[in-house]
Formats: sequence, structure tokens, C-alpha cells
Amino acid sequence: MSIRISYYPGCSGKGTSSEYETSTTGVCQALDVDLVEIPDWSCCGSTPAHTVNHVLSSALSARNLTLAEQEGFDTVTTPCPSCLSNLKIAEHKMRKESFREAVNELLDQPYGGGVDTKSVLQVLVENVGLDKVRERVKTPLEGLKVACYYGCIMNRPPEVMDFDDHEHPMAMDNLMEAIGAEVIPFPLKVECCGASFGIPQQNIVTTLSGKLLEVAKGLGVDALVTACPLCQMNLDLRQGQINAAQGTQHSLPIFYFTQLMAKAFDLSDAVQGMKRLIVNPQKALAKIGQADKEIA
Amino acid sequence: MNTYKITAADNTFTAEVEKRSGQDLNACYQCGNCTAGCPFSFAYDIQVSNIMRLVQIGQRDKVLQCHSIWLCASCQSCTTRCPNNIDVAGVMDHIRHMAREAGLATERKVKVFVDSFLDSVERHGRVYEMGLMVSYMAKTGRVFTDVELAPKVLPKGKLPLKPHSIKGKEQIAAIFKRFREVKSK
Ligand code: SF4
Ligand code: SF4
Repeated sequence: MSIRISYYPGCSGKGTSSEYETSTTGVCQALDVDLVEIPDWSCCGSTPAHTVNHVLSSALSARNLTLAEQEGFDTVTTPCPSCLSNLKIAEHKMRKESFREAVNELLDQPYGGGVDTKSVLQVLVENVGLDKVRERVKTPLEGLKVACYYGCIMNRPPEVMDFDDHEHPMAMDNLMEAIGAEVIPFPLKVECCGASFGIPQQNIVTTLSGKLLEVAKGLGVDALVTACPLCQMNLDLRQGQINAAQGTQHSLPIFYFTQLMAKAFDLSDAVQGMKRLIVNPQKALAKIGQADKEIA
Repeated sequence: MNTYKITAADNTFTAEVEKRSGQDLNACYQCGNCTAGCPFSFAYDIQVSNIMRLVQIGQRDKVLQCHSIWLCASCQSCTTRCPNNIDVAGVMDHIRHMAREAGLATERKVKVFVDSFLDSVERHGRVYEMGLMVSYMAKTGRVFTDVELAPKVLPKGKLPLKPHSIKGKEQIAAIFKRFREVKSK
């Protein structure tokens, strides 16, 4: 049975996390999930908007929920936890009438309410299911040892996010096991990577993300697996800065979980987007006999 | 442990934070759980549980001028772990709004980053990452601390050099315009 769902890619999918975007759409297609991109979607405002004003932030999100609603959808899915959090919090807050009215005052078209948002991770685990994922695997990732890092806002606050365990989420761990990887429990699963402070306060990111890399190294994993464009960028693109600041020599590949699924499903190189990672994943992929000469 | 010199209580401040955030701040019994789990505690000048206490006792200036409110990443750890169900991250957000409205920004670079980000959204309807960085550099007058990343990221084709504007970008600009009108009323 195929699933048809409204899709919100998020801005970074069109830029710095393009490998997340290609692997997400590729994996969904392979699993009969029909992602219908919201026509002319706009930025949710991310963290900056809600640090300035909640009505403004919710208005930026609500425009997208309205567009999805007009297409006849009651659920939106997005790969990005920051977008997820904004869309969900907007919907949650707008259940209060006075707040909804204030938001609608800013909008061309008012939002009626009742459009839920789920992460792509949630859709894959709950709507598609691990059995179907297992069936689709062509090359199990046997021999690859990973730890899964969820980041801080995928499951928090639990009353709003309403998915998985907020202190010890397992959705990604279970998915990675389903595609044959060996999953080592990661004690810092829901810790913060330093978020968007990489630009204005780099030391915050090098400290917090440095801790994540240090713990991952101690576990002896071949790679970290993430579901968040900001976490991935801090850990991957900034790994050199972290090494310089902390005096470490990490060279740990940071995959999006969808990239590894695309790998296990034997989807094309363009879908997997391994070449777009900054830390060379060659050594990790060699463990599953999948070293790709082109990446070197 | 830090100690703070307390000035006369400004109860209107406490009331305003409570009203904006919809939280009962009296419920905070200073257990320190929020601070214990706060990943940014190492960078804060006033710890989050101390901010809660300072709000309770009406220390407007001290709170609005602290650096922590600008460094909080809204990671929701405090909100999730508060035994009294206080939305602590929400309170931090509202205090930051109040500081902004009072024209205060003890972490100017953070404020400029946020403003540049929203400028980009207002202009294009989506964030244009490259433009955001250029505008941030221009406003802070500092060469981007991340220049060394350019040779790593540019060949990956991940940073489009031209903005991608959406068709409905006027609708987004209108959201910002109406927001400013409502605020100035
Ligand atoms: S939301 Fe802010 S104050 Fe609360 S734990 Fe996270 S960084 Fe600290
Ligand atoms: S966790 Fe809650 S009760 Fe404890 S100090 Fe923080 S705000 Fe107060």
C-alpha cells in the first residue's frame, strides 16, 4: 500500500543538506511513499523567528500548513527537526483561539488548524514499518558499526513532539538495525550540538560537538548517523574546526540515516550523495565492501 | 557558585514574564534540574535556574542584560526535565523578546545573525545561505570566521551562488510588514 503525504523539504535541503534531500526522496520513493511537495513553500523561520516573536514565527509556519491544507492534506512530513519543531509548535499554539487570531492577522490566507506534522523518520518507522524496510534491503550494511544521534529537538518537548522516547529515542537505532548495521547505544543521543551558533559563537559548537565526537570515538564506531541538517553540518563540515579547537584528530564520517538506507537499498550514487559529505566516508563504507573509488 | 547583588524588586517585571509566557513562575522551587541539563551552562553568565529565581524576585535589569538569554539554543532540555512542568525554554524565549524590545542585546553577534537570517527570509521567502553569510559579515564588519570552510564546501555544489526566490515572496514580505505594524501599535 502506498502512502501519499504532503512534503516540506526545508531551506537547507536546497543548499547545505542537499544529500539529505536526495536520499530522503529516493528512499521514500523506494518504499512507496509519495511525497507531494507543498507548492511554493516558504521558510518556517527556524530558530531565529521564534527567538524574535512567537506570532511571527507561527505565521511563517502557518502559511505552509495552509498550503498543505488547500491541497487536501491533514499531515505534512519534513526531514528537518528544526522545521518539524516550528511547524508542530505553531499548530500546537494555534489551538488557542486568541493566538490563532493574532497569527491570522499577519497572513494573506488564514490557517484553519488541524494539520499535523511528522518527521520523515516517524513516517518511515510508524507508517511504512521496519518489516517493509527490511524487505527492501539489497545490500545489508553488515560490518558497519554506527551510533545514532538524534539531536535535541526531534523529541522535545514530548507533549508537542509526541514521538518516540524523549530521553532515549530508538527510531533511528531500529532503522539502522533493520538495514543490517551494528548499532552501538549512544549516551549523548539527545544532547545539543551547539545548534546555529557556529557562525556567531564558534567555540560553543566546537565544545559541544567536540564532546559528541569524543564519546563516539570512545565507542569505537565507524560513523555517526544523524537526522538533522544542523547537527550534520556542525559535526561534518566543522569537524576540522573542532579538531583545531580541541586538539583532536577526529575523522569520523557523519551520515544522514537516509543516506545509509539508500546505500542498503542499492539506490544510485546521486541519490546517496556520499560525495557531498565533507569527512571522507571511504573507510567506513569499505567495511561493507562498498568503498567507492570516486569519493577518494 | 555565583552570587548576585539584588536590587529592589520590580514586580511588574515578574508579572510581565508570567503573562507573556503563560507560566506560573512561583512553581519553581529551585531544584536546579534545568541548569543540570543545560548544554550551554558552560557559556552562560547566569545559569538558567538562577534566571528563574531572578525573575521571581523582579530583577529586571540583571535578567534583561544577561548574556545567557542570547546564547540559549532552545534545546528544550530544561522544559522537558522541569519537575514542575514549567516551560523554561519558553520563558527564556520571552525574556529574549523583552530584551530585544527594550533595545538590549548583550550578544550583538547573535542578534545580527538572527536579523540577517530573517532579512533573507523576508527578501526571498526562503533562506539564502550564501547571502545570509555575506550580510552577516557586512553588518558585523568582521571577516567571516568560517572562510576556511569555503574551499571545503564550495566544490560540493551545496551553496548555490544565486538566491532561489519563491513565487509568493510578497506574501512573506507582507507577513513581516504586518508584524511590524502590529508591534508599533
Ligand atoms: S533551552 Fe536554553 S536554557 Fe533550556 S536547557 Fe536548552 S540551552 Fe539551556
Ligand atoms: S527545573 Fe523547574 S523547578 Fe527546577 S529550578 Fe529549573 S525551573 Fe525551577
